[in-house]
Amino acid sequence: MSTKVSIIGASGYVGGELLRLLSRHPGVEIVAAHSRVHAGEYVHRVHPNLRGVLSLQFTGEDPVSVASKSDLVFLSVPHGASVKLTPKLVDMGVRIIDMSADFRLKDPSAYKLWYHYEHPYPDLLGRFVYGLPELHREELRGARYASAPGCNAAAAILALAPLARSGMIRGTIVVDVKVGSSGAGGKPSLATHFSERFGVVRPYAPAGHRHVAEIEQELRAVSGREHAVAMSAHSVNMVRGILSTSHVFVDSGDMDPAKVWRAYREMYRDEPFIRFVRDKKGIFRYPDPKIVVGSNFADIGFELDPHTSRIVALSAIDNLMKGAAGSALQSMNLMLGFDERTALDAAPLHPI
Amino acid sequence: MVIKVQCNECGGTIEVPDDALPGEIVSCPDCGTEYEVVSVDARAGRAELRPAEEVKEDWGE
Repeated sequence: MSTKVSIIGASGYVGGELLRLLSRHPGVEIVAAHSRVHAGEYVHRVHPNLRGVLSLQFTGEDPVSVASKSDLVFLSVPHGASVKLTPKLVDMGVRIIDMSADFRLKDPSAYKLWYHYEHPYPDLLGRFVYGLPELHREELRGARYASAPGCNAAAAILALAPLARSGMIRGTIVVDVKVGSSGAGGKPSLATHFSERFGVVRPYAPAGHRHVAEIEQELRAVSGREHAVAMSAHSVNMVRGILSTSHVFVDSGDMDPAKVWRAYREMYRDEPFIRFVRDKKGIFRYPDPKIVVGSNFADIGFELDPHTSRIVALSAIDNLMKGAAGSALQSMNLMLGFDERTALDAAPLHPI
Repeated sequence: MVIKVQCNECGGTIEVPDDALPGEIVSCPDCGTEYEVVSVDARAGRAELRPAEEVKEDWGE
């Protein structure tokens, strides 16, 4: 029997990506795509790529009522909205994958620092598994609640976790991310108007990006040590994709490619969605978001800079896939006992 | 049949055809490091490789 899943807030880009993936999953049935604004409208009017793929209309039904018909709910609503709804759904016993930031951080005080609000349900934070299977696979198996990672955070964490785990990192880690326009969501603003955004390399969060909290949390979880992260984020001229470039300073004795390769291989040897890209041949010799678009792959590579004893740790993901819906679906597969690659095995497009 | 040899540079797996001839160039599928085949013992499933000289190329700077 199929597992009944629904999406609350299905009209956004992440909701659309979840619908695209779930439509090809043999073990689930989509019982509701919820959107108050688009209630009654065919899904393909908002997500035109799903015309002929899904014959489904958005429902404006109360989210609690949607959840009562579901075995698992994806909450794809904005930060701050999820925290109001989630406690009710937890009481109902339905499984939840929250796409917002409201349940990603384990330390309630971090919400005050990074999100500027007092978390109203600190007791629930510990019940949500951080939904990055590369770091939390065993906790996700059979879990009832998961919280999908932030897209920029996912990109940075995947490149940095093996280095943190190896104990090589000295001092502050500098993270530079470049993200496409879909990372800002589907709601337009003057800043996203074509004339204003086309061609930009816009430093939209040179300091204080909220994903720092997740990156530090997850590096602590994987290494048992504190790591300070200094992050700057830029919007660039693409629709999908993130390139994360992290500068990691190490002892000069660690400027050894074989040692760094070993750190990555030890952690990611059997990962279905991690690919190593540090090639001496071909055109794409380091990770590039262009080469992962549409897929759940995280391409990871590095280069060494002996001049400053620096490892440049690179990762490229599709922000809507590995950075959101792809990781969420991979987590769902683990939670429900499916092969974790189910409905995620499409190869990326090239050229695009 | 192929003989699997570990790449010295990245730890990846290089597949050497068991009919490869000495002097043939094989490369690591992961990192692209090139090796010259020194000898192949198909029956024992062993191959000896040595780093090949690489010519630096401009790839789009």
